[in-house]
Amino acid sequence: MSSQPKPTPKVQALECPNCGGSIQLRGFGKSLSAVCIQCLSIVDTQSLRVLQQFQAKERVIPLIPLGKRGKLHGDQWEAIGFQCREIEVDVTAYQWREYVLFNPYKGYRYLTEYDGHWNDVKPINGLPESTTKGGKRAMKWLNETYTHFQTANASTVYVMGEFPWQVTVGETAQCDDYISPPRMLSSEKTNNEITWSIGDYMTGDQVWKSFEVPGAPPPARGIYANQPSPHGAKSAGWNLFWVFLGATVLMMLAASILMGQKEAFRQDFTFAPPPGPQAEAQAIVTPVFELTGRTTNVEVEVLTDLDNEWAYFNMALINEQTGQGFDFGREVGYFHGIEGGESWTEGKKADSVVIPTVPSGRYYLLVQPEVEAKPGQPPRTIRYELRVRRDVPYNLPFFIVPLLLLIPPVIKSFRKISFETRRWQESSYAGSDD
Amino acid sequence: MSIKRTNCPQCGAPIEFRFSSAVQTTCEFCNSILVPRDLDIEKVGKVADLPLDTSPIQLRTEGIYDGKAFSVAGRILYQWEQGGWNEWHIVFQDGVSGWLSDAQAQYAVTFQKEGERIPPRPDIEPGVRLTFDGVDYEVTTVTRAGYVGVEGELPFEYWDKTVLTFIDLRSKGGRFGTIDYSEEPPLLFLGEGVEFDNLQLKNLREFEGW
Repeated sequence: MSSQPKPTPKVQALECPNCGGSIQLRGFGKSLSAVCIQCLSIVDTQSLRVLQQFQAKERVIPLIPLGKRGKLHGDQWEAIGFQCREIEVDVTAYQWREYVLFNPYKGYRYLTEYDGHWNDVKPINGLPESTTKGGKRAMKWLNETYTHFQTANASTVYVMGEFPWQVTVGETAQCDDYISPPRMLSSEKTNNEITWSIGDYMTGDQVWKSFEVPGAPPPARGIYANQPSPHGAKSAGWNLFWVFLGATVLMMLAASILMGQKEAFRQDFTFAPPPGPQAEAQAIVTPVFELTGRTTNVEVEVLTDLDNEWAYFNMALINEQTGQGFDFGREVGYFHGIEGGESWTEGKKADSVVIPTVPSGRYYLLVQPEVEAKPGQPPRTIRYELRVRRDVPYNLPFFIVPLLLLIPPVIKSFRKISFETRRWQESSYAGSDD
Repeated sequence: MSIKRTNCPQCGAPIEFRFSSAVQTTCEFCNSILVPRDLDIEKVGKVADLPLDTSPIQLRTEGIYDGKAFSVAGRILYQWEQGGWNEWHIVFQDGVSGWLSDAQAQYAVTFQKEGERIPPRPDIEPGVRLTFDGVDYEVTTVTRAGYVGVEGELPFEYWDKTVLTFIDLRSKGGRFGTIDYSEEPPLLFLGEGVEFDNLQLKNLREFEGW
C-alpha cells in the first residue's frame, strides 16, 4: 500500500511580529516560544503573538553559541535556548546560566553553569519520595538518597533562542536542590506544576570538549553543591590503615615470640637514706652477671615500694672485663590520695630503661639512689628490686608505626571534611551548627 | 491477523484495516475518517490537515516494549495552551492495543485499565492521591486540551471531540497514568514513562540535518 510521504521537518524561520526580523527555529515544531535575535521580543511560536517585549539593557553572550551541537551520552544535542536566572540570598543576587539542548528524537536536556561549574540536567518522568538522611530533609529516587541542600526562588532575567515552554522574563519558580554528589535532584515549583530533574556534575573542560568550544572554559571558583569531592567519595584510606595496623600488630607478636628475652639478674635491695636535705647515699654495686649471645639490648627495671614519694636512681651498667660503662638514670615516683571524694593516683612504683646495643660479657650494675627528704620526718627506708633482662622486644617502633600510618588517612579525612564544610557553606544550612 | 481490504467511499483509494482491534481509520489520500458499519464502510468526517508535527514516530513505526514487538497503527493529536502531544495507538503481535504518548519527546507507554473506580472530575486536583491496581498515584497535572486530529487505525471512534480534561498520575515507583474524562465513565490508562532508546524504534521519521 502506498502512502503520501510526510515532508521531512526542516529548520524553519518565523517573522518577528514586533520588528519583522527573521527568527530561526531549530527545535522544529516543538519549541513553544522563541526570542527575536534583533529586538529580543519573546514570540509564541504557535499564535505568533508577542509574549513579551523584552528590552534588556545589556545583551548577554552565551559561552556556547546557539546552534552549536555537542555530544552527550552518545547523542548529539544542539544548544537552542539560553537563559540567565537569579536567586537572591541575603540581598545578594547570584546568577546562573541555563542552555536548552534539543534532539528531535530524545527531546530536551539542559546545561547549567554557575561560577565555572556545569551540570548536565535531564527531566525525570517520575515522582521522587521524600525521606530524611542524617536528620536532614532528603529525597529518594531510583534507590539513591539525595540530601536537601538549598531552597531558593529563582527568577528569569534574560532569555535568548527557543524554549519548550512559554518563557517570560521575570517568571519565578521555587527551586529545591537535593544532592548526592556528583548528582543533584532538583524540583521547580510554579503555580500549577512541579517538575523534577537530575543533574550530573560536569567540568568546564568536559563541556568544552563535548561542544568543541574554542578557547578555555571559565575557571571553576569555590565548591559547587554536587561537585564530587577530590578526596574520594567513600574512604579516606582508613581501610589501608587498618590493614597496615593489623600487619604491625602481627609483627609485634612475632617479634616478642622470636626474641630471647632472658633474665640475667634479679635481686632485692634496701636503701636507708642518711639524714640531710637531699639524701644521697653511697653507691652500691651488684654481683656480677653474665650477658650472653649476640650484641643486643638490655632492659634494666627498677621496682620500688614508694608511697607518696619519689626517688631517683643513678645507674651504670659496667663491663667487668673492659670497664666499658653505660650511664643512665631513672626517676620513679608514686602518689595517691582522695580529693573531693574521688581517689586519685599519679606516677608508678616501677620504671625501666632499655640500653640498645650491649655486647656480651660479664657485667655489674652501679646504683646510687636519691630520695626527697621530708622536713621534720625521719627518712624512710626504701625497698627496691633490680631486674636485668637480655634481648627484650623493642616495642617503640611498633608504637610509632601506627602513628605514622595514621597521618595519610587523618590528612585525607581532614581535607574531605573541610571540602564538605566548604560545600555546605553555600547551602541553605550555612551558619547552622549541623 | 487478517488484513481487511476495502476502498475509501470518498475517493476510491485502497483502505486497509490491519489490526482487528481497530474500529476507525483515516484515508491517507483524502483524509476522510472511516468507520466500518456492518458490511459497509462509512465516512463519518474529515480530518483537517494536521498542524506541523514533529514527533519522530509515524504510522508503521515499529518498536519493542516489555520484550514484545509492536507496530504503530494510528494516533490522536491533542493540543493545549502550552503545546501539543501525540497518543500513538500501538498494537502488539498478540493483538493487544496500547498507547505510546509523545509529549515534547517525553515518552510513556500505557494500557487501558477497566473495572477501576474513578472519582468524578470535580474531586480531582493536583496532589490528590488515588490507588489503581494496587499502586498509589498522585495527581500531578490537570490539563484542558483540545483534539486536533486523528490518523490511521484507532480502537474506538474518536473524531468529534472538542474540549477534554486529562489527569496525569505519577507514582513513587515511576509508574504513570492518565484519566481521560471525555467519556462516561472516564477512561483510565496505566503504564510507565519510557526512555526513547529502550523502545528500539525502527522506521522513524527523519529530520533535516539530523
